[in-house]
Amino acid sequence: MTITYREAIRTAVREALTRDSRVFLMGEDVGRYGGAYAVSKGLLAEFGPERIRDTPLSESAFVGAGIGAALAGMRPIVEVMTVNFSLLALDQIVNNAATIRHMSGGQFSIPVVIRMATGAGRQLAAQHAHSLEGWYAHIPGLRIVAPATLEDARGMLWTALEDPDPVLIFEHQVLYNMEGQLAEHAGAVDIDRAAVRRDGTDVSLITYGGSLGKTLQAAEALAGDGISAEVVDLRTLRPLDMPVILSSVTKTRRAVIVDEGWKSGSLAAEISARLVEQAFYELDAPIARVCSAEVPIPYPKHLEDAAVPQPAGIVAAARQTLGRRG
Amino acid sequence: MTPDAAGISPNVTREHGLTLLREMLRIRRFEEKCAELYSAGKIRGFLHLYIGEEAVAVGAMQALAPEDAVVATYREHGHALARGISADRLMAEMYGKHEGCSRGRGGSMHVFDADTRFYGGNAIVGGGLPVAVGLALADRMQNRRRVTACFFGDGAVAEGEFHESLNLAVLWKLPVLFLCENNLYAMGTRIERAQSQVDLCEKARSYRMPAEPVDGMDVVACEAAARRIAERVRGGEGPAFIEFQTYRFRAHSMFDAELYRDKSEVDAWKPRDPILTFTTALEASGNATDDQLAALNRTVADEIATAVQFAEAGTWEPVEDLLKDVYTR
Repeated sequence: MTITYREAIRTAVREALTRDSRVFLMGEDVGRYGGAYAVSKGLLAEFGPERIRDTPLSESAFVGAGIGAALAGMRPIVEVMTVNFSLLALDQIVNNAATIRHMSGGQFSIPVVIRMATGAGRQLAAQHAHSLEGWYAHIPGLRIVAPATLEDARGMLWTALEDPDPVLIFEHQVLYNMEGQLAEHAGAVDIDRAAVRRDGTDVSLITYGGSLGKTLQAAEALAGDGISAEVVDLRTLRPLDMPVILSSVTKTRRAVIVDEGWKSGSLAAEISARLVEQAFYELDAPIARVCSAEVPIPYPKHLEDAAVPQPAGIVAAARQTLGRRG
Repeated sequence: MTPDAAGISPNVTREHGLTLLREMLRIRRFEEKCAELYSAGKIRGFLHLYIGEEAVAVGAMQALAPEDAVVATYREHGHALARGISADRLMAEMYGKHEGCSRGRGGSMHVFDADTRFYGGNAIVGGGLPVAVGLALADRMQNRRRVTACFFGDGAVAEGEFHESLNLAVLWKLPVLFLCENNLYAMGTRIERAQSQVDLCEKARSYRMPAEPVDGMDVVACEAAARRIAERVRGGEGPAFIEFQTYRFRAHSMFDAELYRDKSEVDAWKPRDPILTFTTALEASGNATDDQLAALNRTVADEIATAVQFAEAGTWEPVEDLLKDVYTR
């Protein structure tokens, strides 16, 4: 069936609400408004205000309430409008959700799922367009996933809800309108493994989330140039699936990491470091990184486009690892 | 407060009076021992003593049933003991021993206990309030008649999380008992220097939450208010706020030189010591004899001595388990 990324998530939320009475959705404008990105449109009528809860603009309180409700046996899905807003709830996510299991000696776990939009591409400028998932991926105790495909948008939520620990789901905002085919019987998928989205032999392009499409376009362009690029979709940003990354790089001997976060202190930096630590002698070329320019994401389209990774930049970086110029 | 406010009321039996006194003494002696052990290097990190404020935790805890939940602060040894966490397991936690109530991982500021539904021990001021709202939300959604008791200090009232949480709790009519321990100081900052409105009940009322001040140095008054208000919360009337007006006799932590308050101010509060006044009241009303009080003190001293032995005999978590329980799977 033809479905959008948005509808795939909505289908997943609906399924979760139907399957498990402990599941509920809360967040800003998830009910009457239908969700800032229309993900929850129609769910209020279907499930009622107890389970589709509109919250005040109190990120810390409602994220913390999700943590508390999870501690007391519920399975909350907390929607935060964008990653930039989630900074108002950092205390709850970092100081409570991530720590309580370890700090309590394993007595309490927190099966909360926190979804949020991330990334640039819709000219929303610097307070609605950053990619801060790499920050969250820094934190032990959190599980961080980034669905880049319809299958993952449909299937990661249920698995995240079944996980006894906090899972943060990052939905890139340009993906919501992505349309494609999804099997009728599509359901839960794992949230542990990276996936090879395109096989190749010359260079590994390692990416996730909103950059997957651009990276696949780059791989296509490279193919036209006789370069066989393999595309690895991380899917899970913490923990990283190093076996899949290493196996790809060991095969191609070259790595380009595409990450919409800023390069300094990024997820791309972490993957580069691990490749140097674990696969240094497998590499035939320096690792390349295609990341966002080190600026707050600007509003005008031409500057926004220039600030974030684009297929041309990925192609150029890949060619360089093969010693080709231009 | 009137001078005889600590007098034992007609509603408090002799037996219950002695129980309240014993509970306060357990906290006092436990913490005095902790201060000693801190100086001896047995307890490390930050240590925040509750000495002077015991009537609040002991009084408020009387209103809770076993199925209720407690969220506390980093000054929570009193709440933990009054809630029923054993002195043994609490002392072992102070040492960082594996037999501690948080398996030694949390220490003084991070006391957790699933058996008594004790959800911390939260060392971020204000950070426990949203969690308490969520615990209560779960109860409401599951139609359970439980109360979540959330302790915090006057300092937390300045945090955004306080305001967000009170607003949300009222909007959703959640069974949270917000228990503010106003000891007049947020660490070293006196309330007038931190709050534009020092009547903290007014802040709760501005969210249309019932609120009342209570003499936090009077264990009977603390218990009476907590019981009465907790029953309303349990009955589904929504959250409520109690301001316990109390005072911390000891420094903020073991590193505090107390430059921000005069010794004379502390001395002026000492006659209102909740243990002193309640002991006097029990004696004056003929509810406790010297022999009974001596026996009580001995029992408490024994319990604390045993707790120290328990902690001393405890084991260190193997370093190989360092990463255990970061994730469940």
